[in-house]
This record gives sequence, C-alpha cells and structure tokens, in this order.
Amino acid sequence: MNKYPLWKYLLILVIVVTGFVYALPNIYGEYPAVQISPTRTTKVDQALIALVEEKLKQANIAYTGTALDEQGARIRFVDTETQIHARDLIQKALGDNYVVALNLLPATPGWLAAINARPMYLGLDLRGGVHFLMQVDTAAVLKKAEENYTDDMRRVLREKKVQYLTVNRLERGGIEIRFRDKAEREKGLEVVRKELPDLEFIEIERSGDFVISAQMKPTSVTEKNRFALEQNINSLQNRVNELGVAEPIIQQQGQDRIVVQLPGVQDTAKAKEILGRTATLEIMLVDEEHDLVGALSGQVPAGSKLYKMRDGRPILLKNRLIYSGDNIIDSAPGFDSQSSSPIVSITLDARGAAINQRVTGENVGKRMAVNYVEIKSDTKLDEQGRPVLDANGRPVRVTRRVEEVITAPVIRSQLGKRFQIEGLDSVQEANELSLLLRAGAFAAPVEIIEERTVGPSLGADNIAKGYQSIWVGFAAIALFIIVYYVIFGFISVAALAVNVVLLVAVLSMLQATLTLPGMAAIALTVGMAIDANVLINERIREELRNGNTPQASIYAGYERAFGTILDSNVTTLIAGLALFLFGSGAVRGFAVVLCLGIMTSMFSAVMVSRALANLYYGNRRKLEKISIGNTAWKETSLAQG
Amino acid sequence: MEFFKIKKDIPFMRYALVFNVISAVTFVLAVFFLITKGLNFGVDFTGGTVMEASYTQPANVPLIRDALTKLGFADAAVQNFGTARDVLIRLPLKKETSSANLSETVMASLRQADPAVELRRVEFVGPQVGGELVENGALALLFVSIGIVLYLWFRFEWKFGVAAIIANLHDVVIILGCFALFQWDFSLPVLAAVLAILGYSVNESVVVFDRVRENFRKLRKSTTVQIIDNAITRTISRTIITHGSTQMAVLAMLLFGGEALHYFALALTIGILFGIYSSVLVASPIVMWLGVSREDLMPSKKDTLEDGRP
Repeated sequence: MNKYPLWKYLLILVIVVTGFVYALPNIYGEYPAVQISPTRTTKVDQALIALVEEKLKQANIAYTGTALDEQGARIRFVDTETQIHARDLIQKALGDNYVVALNLLPATPGWLAAINARPMYLGLDLRGGVHFLMQVDTAAVLKKAEENYTDDMRRVLREKKVQYLTVNRLERGGIEIRFRDKAEREKGLEVVRKELPDLEFIEIERSGDFVISAQMKPTSVTEKNRFALEQNINSLQNRVNELGVAEPIIQQQGQDRIVVQLPGVQDTAKAKEILGRTATLEIMLVDEEHDLVGALSGQVPAGSKLYKMRDGRPILLKNRLIYSGDNIIDSAPGFDSQSSSPIVSITLDARGAAINQRVTGENVGKRMAVNYVEIKSDTKLDEQGRPVLDANGRPVRVTRRVEEVITAPVIRSQLGKRFQIEGLDSVQEANELSLLLRAGAFAAPVEIIEERTVGPSLGADNIAKGYQSIWVGFAAIALFIIVYYVIFGFISVAALAVNVVLLVAVLSMLQATLTLPGMAAIALTVGMAIDANVLINERIREELRNGNTPQASIYAGYERAFGTILDSNVTTLIAGLALFLFGSGAVRGFAVVLCLGIMTSMFSAVMVSRALANLYYGNRRKLEKISIGNTAWKETSLAQG
Repeated sequence: MEFFKIKKDIPFMRYALVFNVISAVTFVLAVFFLITKGLNFGVDFTGGTVMEASYTQPANVPLIRDALTKLGFADAAVQNFGTARDVLIRLPLKKETSSANLSETVMASLRQADPAVELRRVEFVGPQVGGELVENGALALLFVSIGIVLYLWFRFEWKFGVAAIIANLHDVVIILGCFALFQWDFSLPVLAAVLAILGYSVNESVVVFDRVRENFRKLRKSTTVQIIDNAITRTISRTIITHGSTQMAVLAMLLFGGEALHYFALALTIGILFGIYSSVLVASPIVMWLGVSREDLMPSKKDTLEDGRP
C-alpha cells in the first residue's frame, strides 16, 4: 500500500531536480562590472567596447570580460576597487554622452543563464540604494488648467462679442461667468460650449445674477493628471541617467504617485537634488544676422548668447525671451493630416497666443528656438570635502543653470494659439519632444512623501544576518527532528531541505523581489513547514500505538494528516494574502515569500516525504518495526470506546 | 525519543473556567496597557525621519544631540543602536521644514563634526503615507479575521470559526499589550508578524477541531467534554513539538537577525507562546460553551434519509 506508481516518483524527481537547477544561480554570487548605457544621442556598439578596452589596457586596468546587449555594454572586473577605478577612467574617456554606472552582475554560469535561470532579485534593503515615493501635486495642475480656461473664456466671449460681467476661477475649483441678463447668458453659453469642449456648463440663477458655472469634465481631469504624471516620469527618467544607476526603476503607482528606486545609489543628497529639479522652457529667436563661426571663436555679439542643441551642435540665440514654458498649455505628438509625417502640436494660453501671433508675424522665414532650462543645485564643499554650513548649521548650496536647445524650427507663417512642429525624423522623436515641451505646462510640484535609503554596508549586513537566521534555524530544527523521529526525522528534514530549495527556485523564477522581511519569511517558513511532518509523524506513532501494522500506520498517518495539513495551511495563506493585498514594500515581500513557502511546503512535506518513506519502507513485505522513535507504550483512553 | 507519554486523557475541560479567567485577566491587562500607555508607533505609522549613522569609534551621543539642537531639532531622539559606534536618530514630522531634505541637513552637520561618519539608513515617511499604512494595517487585520471565520465555518461549523477567531484575536491583543507595556517599537514588519501569527495560531485550533470532529464521528458514546479532552490530549504532543520547532527558527532570527528583525522576532515569540495556550485551551472551551454537538458535525439529515433509515 505504500508504493507510488513510477510516474509519480519520476514527477517528484523532475520537480525537485528542476528546483535545484533554478535555485543554483543563487550560490554563484556576483562580480563587479561597469555598465555603459547610451543616451539619446549616442549608441553603444562593438566599436565603443573596443575603444574602452584600449583605454583600459593603456591604463593597465585588468578586466575579465565584456558583454553587449540592448541595454548597453558591460565590462567585468575582479574586485570593486578596480571597478571604481575603471568607472572613473571610462567616464572621463567617454564624457557626458554615455551613462557609466557601477553594477553588480550575477556570476551565473552560461549554461544556467541559457535556460533563463537567474538568482533572486534582491530588494533595496539587501543591496543598498534609495527608494523614493513621490507625489505629484495634481491639484496644482488642475488649478493651472482652470486658470488657462478662465483666460480662454474671456477671449472667446470677447471675440464673439458676448457681453459678460466677470469671469472668475473659484477658490474651491470651477469657473463662474456672470452675465447681465438671460439673453446674453444664452448667447454666452452657446459660445463657450462650442469653443471649450473640455468643460461642462450649468446655468445658475442667483439673486438677480445670471451665472454659468463651468467644471472640467471628468475625462479631461484624468487626462490632465495623466499628462502631468507622464511628463514627470519622463523628466525623472532623463535625469536619473545623470546619476549613473545601472537598473533604475521609475514607475507610476496609483493615480498620482511615482516610485523611484535607485539600487546602489549612495549620495542621496545628489539623487534628491537631481530628481527634485524643476525645468522650464524659454522660447527665443535664433540670431541669424550674426556669424556662428565668429561667435564660436569668442566674438559673441551683444544681445545674443551661444547655446548647444541636444545633438551637440552650437546655436546662437537672441537674449530676449518671447514667452516661456508657462504659456504652453499642451503639447501632443501626432501625424500631419496631409503628409502623415510625425509632428508635435502645441497649444498656447491666451497671453502666449497673443505674443506668438505678433512675433511670428514679424519673423516669417526665421527660426524660433525652445531652450530647456534646469536649475541644478549642489552642496558647497570646503577643501577637505566637508560640507560648508551657514550660521544656522545648514549646508550652503550653490545653484547653476543647465540649458539645452531642444528644437529650433523655421517659422513658416504667422502662428497663433495652436501650431505644430514638423520635419521630425521619427515618431519617437515626436514623442520625446512633446514630453519635453510639457515641462512648463505640467511642471506640477512633486513632493517626496517616503524615502528609504539603505547604505551598502547595511545591505550586506542584512543579507548575512538573514542567511545566518535561516541556517541556524534550519540546523536546530533538523537536529531536533532527527533525534526525535530517527529515520522519519531524516525523511522530514530532507523534505524540509527540498522545501527551502523549491522556495528559492520559485522566487528566482518569478524574479520576485527578496527583502529582509522576505528572508525572515523564509526562516519562518522553515519553522512552520516542519509542522506538516510533525503532524504526519505523530499520527504514524499513534497508529502504531493503537496496534496497527507499520505499513498500515504509515499509510494512515499520511492519509489522515493531509486534511489537517490543508486546513491549517489555508488559514496562514489567508493571512499571507491579506498582507499582500494591503501591505506595501517590504511587507509585501514578506507576504509573497510566506504564501509561496506555504505552497512549496505542502508539496514537499506531503509528496516528497511520502515518496521517501515509500522508497525506504514501501517495498518491504514483512516490516516488523519502523524507526520513528519509541512507541512501545499503551495509552488507556476512550479512544477505543 | 518521546517527550509525551500521556496514558490517560487530561481533563482539560474541567479547568476550562480557570484557563478562561487567566485569559480574561491577561486580556484586560493588555487592553489596560494599550489604553494607558498606547503603542509606541514607529516611523512607518507616525511619519517622521529615522536615521542610522555609523562611526569608526564610539559615537559621542551628547555631541550629536547638541548638533541637532543647533539645527532646531531639540525634540530629536538620539540613542545607541546595536553597538556603541552606531546611533539611531529619530526626528518627528515638522510642518515648516521640507522634510525630504532633512536627512541631508543632519548628515552635513554630523559630517562637519566627524567626516568619517557613515549614513547606514534613512527612513522618511510623510504624513500622507503614514495614515494610509495605519488604514491598510487595520483593513488587513479585518480581512484576515473575516477570512478565517468564513473558512472555518465552511470547513467545520460557525461555532468553530467564532471560537478560533476569539481565541486568536485575544493573542493579537496580548502581543499588542506587550508592545504597549514595554514601549517597543511597533513598525510595519511587526504588524506583518502579528498577522502571520494570527494565521499560524489558527492552525493549532484547526488541528484540535479536526480531532474533535473525527472523535464526534468515531466515539459515539462519549460526551462533548470527553471528546474535547481526548482531542486536546491526542494532539498536545504535536502542538508542542511544532511550536517548539517554529520557535527555534524564530529564536535564530531573534539572536542572529540583528536589530532590523528584532521586534519582528519578538512579536512572533510572544505570539507563538500565547498561541499554544489560547488556540488550544481557550478556543476549545469556547466551542464547548457555544454548545457544539454531534449533530453539528454529522453529515446532513438528508443523507441519512436516503440511507433508508428513519
């Protein structure tokens, strides 16, 4: 009765072996590497690697290998010291056009990597790094949008010659237009409905006043919020490059939040400064009267200044600011209706439109440039590299402007409120440009509402402590169970070991993030998973005491214990599920491991341990005694009654 | 080896009232401490900043305090953490300062005094997030409680579900009471530990209930009290051994897991110790008092009719 069919043994064997193979990458550790990623204007290819290799050879820096994939090039080193050395050298050689970052790459052997076996993905609390949760102030975005609509209403009503008293944005949100009489209001309503399709209008009678109340439509509110979030994520992505992070994560979370995770980043001050920067746009005319070559040789004409385009070409702009990014309400990528080539369409606010009309009218055939400005600020350091403090003990900061001309199209005709930029090379370029152009419009204040920074030494400590907890716990339990249940103890411990291996394998396959609470959950799983085997073993003992044959006792022990094991695991699973649904960050990591651990333990404690027991005892015809500790005593209870 | 050679059923139910009085007293004490002292909520829930800094030699805590007072953080708490070289600095939430740059300001000031200081960890939680975490924690607790009652109702009977959840929620309150009494740091991982324990302790009740059900079906002549006594006696060895094993794993965490897992492991320890007691010796009497009977657990009457019996 204690035999599995051959296919069952084979199935269990296949699962266990697969588990071992996929858990294997975790024992190889990592080696230091320098990762070179391209920026917008550059490409990483074999030629670049050759260049870097030559530079390293010249400087006598030993490297152990190179690799190239779609994310960029990676150069491996023996230790972290040469890695840092090499990073500085490569950064210097390549300049700002590439992102050169320190990274730790898994030292997984090729054959494992080929079957997609990867080590577990370590969370920030284990590898060190910064986690930010940022909240975009969507209320500010909507306020600004309503202010623009207020201007628009005044303009369209004036244009259509509708007599209105006032147009005001209300503090609590919404816009009100007051009219003198009902007839004018009728006329006004017709006009604004037609011209401003993003708004909803209701007529209100209030003590002799004829009012139209306007609200943004829910769809347009979500759209505006989405744009603001997209724009912020985009600019964060652009800026993170500057930090030289190998695997940054920038993701939307919920309606108005952005998660930023920067593994390996230590300088949080710099990270915050870069992420917290605000960008503005300046629209200026290109100085075409003066000679660019002359300007480059140092003779910059008065009233103009040299700038750089994104691809590095110099450009001479007139100093006078025409209008700024604040006047751009919207920009969206699209296709030209006639030529169907990619374009970016831009919408200005009332003030911007008026200026645009005048300036473009006077300058048809000339070029207009959009300059992207970011204010950087750094902590001032003294000669020893210590921060300089002011009288209040706060660090002194120095700020500077970083400018880049993102586009400089030719003005083909007089432009107004809406116009488009043509002649873009690709859809991707249109997308990027339109996101950059939103910088002013959607410069919603972003606030860091949660920060978790873990230094690299603490991360390494956490890993060491986590491992130690798991191993010591495992060893103590193993020792006790073997002493207590002898052969069945061995079987139980083997099942427990398989459980840990399978859990690690599943975590590696899913690439779920392993956090310190996750490691605690592994340790806890070890402690809880043994429960199933204890249940089974106790049941077998009891059956033996009741005078059953050893084979029958083993059979009954496994069969009867199963229902109980299932029930008791389901309740823990419910708790794990709740933690997963309502938990965040590290707690979620705990929940994932807990839930997976319960499932792997169900398999290993029941199937694996039974297979082992069957293999060991199942084939013996005349089994007199099994080794599960002393059961040679009788109980006198009502159990037989 | 065998620890338990219990030859006769132990009459647990005779002392049911005693167990429940002990429970009630501990429970009331726990509630008392929760009300008078309150939980010492960690930065996860209250919002604020926690920083861990490491020095190369023993840290000069008064000096650090002075530096913080000069920065205007007179209400900052500075204490050694783990070793004499590590310090933990807690800064409460402040409206006027931009909290995000707080840690940089503090570190700049500490670095000025000793350039070798290393920032090990920063946790900043804004007020928005803290409130959400409290809310989600409460929701999770509710979800687990309802889930467990429903599951036990489905698998056994509503009396078992109710008894299990009363017994185990009382564990949760006692863990919280200990955290209130000793003013231990109540953080998110501790909450996770509490919920995990809630699920885990219910195991114990389930194992006993399982045996109660089996006995009801098998031992037709016995009274409810006898059946429960037998079920507890038969499972007590397993209960103590599994809890002992789990406790070994948790003890390893408590000893080797470092400061980060300290309170987490502590919560688990209290939970496991009380879990043995309450899920067996509190849950079973409640089931008894709720008036569980053989009929509750028998296959439905319709089946018997189909058997052709009256």
